[in-house]
Amino acid sequence: MAKRSFLIPGVDKRLLIKDSIKTMPDVSRRRFIAGGASLGALTLLTGCDVIDSSSAEEMLKTVSKFNDAVQDFIFNPDALAPTFPESAITKPFPFNAYYDLDDAPDVDGADWKLEVRGLVDNKKSWTLPELYKLPQVTQITRHICVEGWSAIGSWTGTPMRDFLKLIGANTRAKYVWFQCADKDGYNSPLDMRTALHPQTQMTFKYAGEILPRAYGFPMKIRVPTKLGFKNPKYVVSMEVTNDYKGGYWEDQGYNSFSGS
Amino acid sequence: MSSLTVTDEQVSAAPAKVIQPAWVRVMHWVNALAMILMILSGWQIYNASPLFGFSFPRNYTLGGWLGGGLLWHFAAMWLLMINGLAYLVTGFATGRFRKKLLPITPSGVLHDVRAALTFKLGHADLTVYNYIQRLLYAGIILVGVLIVLSGLGMWKPVQLHWLVSLFGDYPTARYVHFFCMAAICAFLVIHVVLALLVPKSLRAMIIGR
Repeated sequence: MAKRSFLIPGVDKRLLIKDSIKTMPDVSRRRFIAGGASLGALTLLTGCDVIDSSSAEEMLKTVSKFNDAVQDFIFNPDALAPTFPESAITKPFPFNAYYDLDDAPDVDGADWKLEVRGLVDNKKSWTLPELYKLPQVTQITRHICVEGWSAIGSWTGTPMRDFLKLIGANTRAKYVWFQCADKDGYNSPLDMRTALHPQTQMTFKYAGEILPRAYGFPMKIRVPTKLGFKNPKYVVSMEVTNDYKGGYWEDQGYNSFSGS
Repeated sequence: MSSLTVTDEQVSAAPAKVIQPAWVRVMHWVNALAMILMILSGWQIYNASPLFGFSFPRNYTLGGWLGGGLLWHFAAMWLLMINGLAYLVTGFATGRFRKKLLPITPSGVLHDVRAALTFKLGHADLTVYNYIQRLLYAGIILVGVLIVLSGLGMWKPVQLHWLVSLFGDYPTARYVHFFCMAAICAFLVIHVVLALLVPKSLRAMIIGR
C-alpha cells in the first residue's frame, strides 16, 4: 500500500510510465541525437548554420506532418490493393509484434465484446456471434511491414464501411480510433477515407479458419492500403471521432498516415 | 578609376574558363548531402529487416532506430527528388548532357579503359570528359532515376501500383532499390578517390574554375 502513495491521483499510471520512458536517455535516443549532431557537422562544412539535435527532431516531425498531408492528397479511395491467387499465400504467415507470441493477448471470445463509441447513432456493443452473422468477404492481399518485409495472406471479414453504415457512424468524422487488448494499450487511428476504402475489413478469419491468437483473435482490422502497424489486432473498441488521439507507434515517431 | 576596374575584370575573367557552371556546383553539393542522408538512413531501415545475411554497423546509420531512420529518409527524399528533377531538366534544357556525356562509343570506352589501366589516362582538359567519365556519369544518372522510382514504388505500392509493376512486384522493387544503393556507394568511392587524385577537378566543382 505504501507504494501507491507515490502515484498522483487522477494520473493514468500507464501514461505516466510511457511519458517517463520518453525522457529516459536510452541508447536509441542518444543515437538519434548523435545523428543530429553529425548533420550539424555536415552543415557546418557547407557553411550553413549548425543544426542542433532538437531542432533537427522538430524539422523531422514537421516534414512527417507534411508527408501525412501529401499521402492524404494522393490517396485514391477507389485504388485497390493488388489481390493474389491462393497459391501466392506466404506459408507460414509471420507473427510479428513487439512481444513474443506467448505474451500476446489471450482474449476469451465468450466474454469479449466490441465496444462502439463516439460519433455513431447506435453505441451498442457487439458480441462475436453477432459479428459473425454479418456478411463477410475474403481478400488475398500483401501485408507490408514498416520494417520492409512483406507477406501475402488471406483474410475474411466484414467490410468496415458496411459496419460503419450499420451503426450509423458519422462518416464525415476524421478518424476511427481503435483500441486493443494488449496490456500496454495498443491503439491506432485510421483516417475516415481509408476506413471507408472497399478493402478495409473487420477480420474474423485467417485462411478460412477463425482468426488464431497469433493474428489477432478475436478481431483484427485489415487495411491493405496501410503499413502493418496500422492493422491493429486484438481490437476491443472503436471510436468515431474528429480528434487525433495518437497511436502506440505513431506517438513514437512512425509516420501517422503510413499509407501504401 | 572606372576604366581601371573594367580592365581588372577582363584580366581576371579572361584566362580562367568556367568549367563547372554555378547551377551544376550548387546541385552537385545539394545532391551529395541528400545522397549521404538517404544512404545512412537507408542503412538504418535495411537493418530492421535485412535482405541479406548482414547488417550495416550502427555507427554508420542515421536516426537511432527504425522510426528515426524513416523520418530522415522521407525528409531527405524531398531534397533528393526536387534537386534531382531540377538537375535533369536543366541538364537536358541547356544541352549539357548532350555536350558533355555524348557520344559514348564502345571503342572509345575500351580505349580509355586500356589507357586508365596503364596509367596513361590524363585529365589535362577538365572541360572534356573521357569515355570512362561519360559512361560513369551517364550510368549514375540512370541509377539515380531507378533508385527514386523503385523507392517511390515501395513507398506507395498501392497508389503507385504501376510503378511497382515496372519492377515486377514489391519485394523485387526492394532488391532493385538495394542494388542501386550499392552501385551509388561504389560510384561514390571511385568518384571521391579520383577527385582527391585530381584536386583541380574538386576545385572546379567548388569555385567553378
